[in-house]
Amino acid sequence: MSGLTPSQTVGPFFAFGLTPNRNYAWVDTFSNNLVTPDAAGERIRIEGRVTDADGAPINDAMIEIWQADAQGRYAHPRDSRALPNAAFKGFGRAGTDADGVYAFDTIKPGPVPGPDGAPQAPHVLLAFYSRGLLTHLYTRIYFADEAANGRDPILALVPADRRRTLAAKREERGDLTVYRFDISFQPESETVFFDV
Amino acid sequence: MALVYPTDSNKIHPARPFPDYRSTVKRSPSRPLVIVPHTLSELTGPVYGQDTVRAGDSDLTQQHKAEPIGERIIVHGHVRDEDGRGVADSLVEIWQANACGRYIHVVDQHPAPIDPNFTGAGRAVTDRDGYYKFITVKPGAYPWGNHTNAWRPAHIHFSVFGHAFLSRLVTQMYFPGDPLFPFDPIFNSVTDAKARARMVSSFDLDNTVPNWALCYRFDIVLRGREQTPMEN
Repeated sequence: MSGLTPSQTVGPFFAFGLTPNRNYAWVDTFSNNLVTPDAAGERIRIEGRVTDADGAPINDAMIEIWQADAQGRYAHPRDSRALPNAAFKGFGRAGTDADGVYAFDTIKPGPVPGPDGAPQAPHVLLAFYSRGLLTHLYTRIYFADEAANGRDPILALVPADRRRTLAAKREERGDLTVYRFDISFQPESETVFFDV
Repeated sequence: MALVYPTDSNKIHPARPFPDYRSTVKRSPSRPLVIVPHTLSELTGPVYGQDTVRAGDSDLTQQHKAEPIGERIIVHGHVRDEDGRGVADSLVEIWQANACGRYIHVVDQHPAPIDPNFTGAGRAVTDRDGYYKFITVKPGAYPWGNHTNAWRPAHIHFSVFGHAFLSRLVTQMYFPGDPLFPFDPIFNSVTDAKARARMVSSFDLDNTVPNWALCYRFDIVLRGREQTPMEN
């Protein structure tokens, strides 16, 4: 068995390679818009602010999300229920701006199977990278208005007083539905991260 | 192929925080991570991205009107899983400083020249055996503000996708024999010497092209292996 190649920080200069976003002459491999023309489901924006242990914005972070479609299917060979022709891929990448803010335009995922076959509440996986972080972190975005959260087998493993850090709050902004998911390293509001 | 992703394998990764690298102190969780089982969400992941990759993207010396200044090099290797099997169709993205140690990124204020013929970004997709290849110039070392007289050893940043979101890797490739290794807290944040050595490319004379470019080999191992009966 081979040992893994160790992780290193993404550093402060990844944007021109990974998230050029028209600021650099390089085509984005991935964007923060996951919506495809054939994607069924409720269109939402996931938006949040990233802050360090002092509450200062982290303006050079990179965030990646991975999610199922509205029917709860992943665009991956391991999900045998996936529709082979679905254009919705479920992966997005964004950098944070000067205020530490990121956003994704996507659709709300459906429930997906859990470890014992019981459904998990709708959620989005999130990987977090930044200067000053040597090994990226994983967390999950849940939706605060989902009754299924109370039965979710993963949320059940999170200390009850910290579960709120994983619940994105819904707000209506004109025609747009926004789920707010801040990422915090401040002791009193620190986001729960997972050892996976 | 139903791969598993043993968390034991993760022990070689740098700790959060690693105080010798000062910026880690305020950008790391203070509470323990919550251990959770792997569900379909963790065991799947993006297996695409190739559609944006164009043939010339892996040659960083041909992206402008003229060739960049610096020592032309070939960087190649295999992306493999923990069982040593090649990871096919894996998206490999790289970014780096130019030969003078300057990034094109607007935030980089190191007073070394920008090379108008070098952006320093590349991407490639591995073939059926997990093989990738880039042509670029050797990046320079550069100073940073972590401590007095701090310099980063020359490195190329790598971002790699494997079979699942759990095998995602962002790392840095170093060059053999760099005198800055003992002084760099980012390199030394990997505390196991054997694991640290896996971030250092090897000089590859066999694939060095006469009268044209030196070659370095950098093999990458991502999470994922077959479940075996020995595993508990």
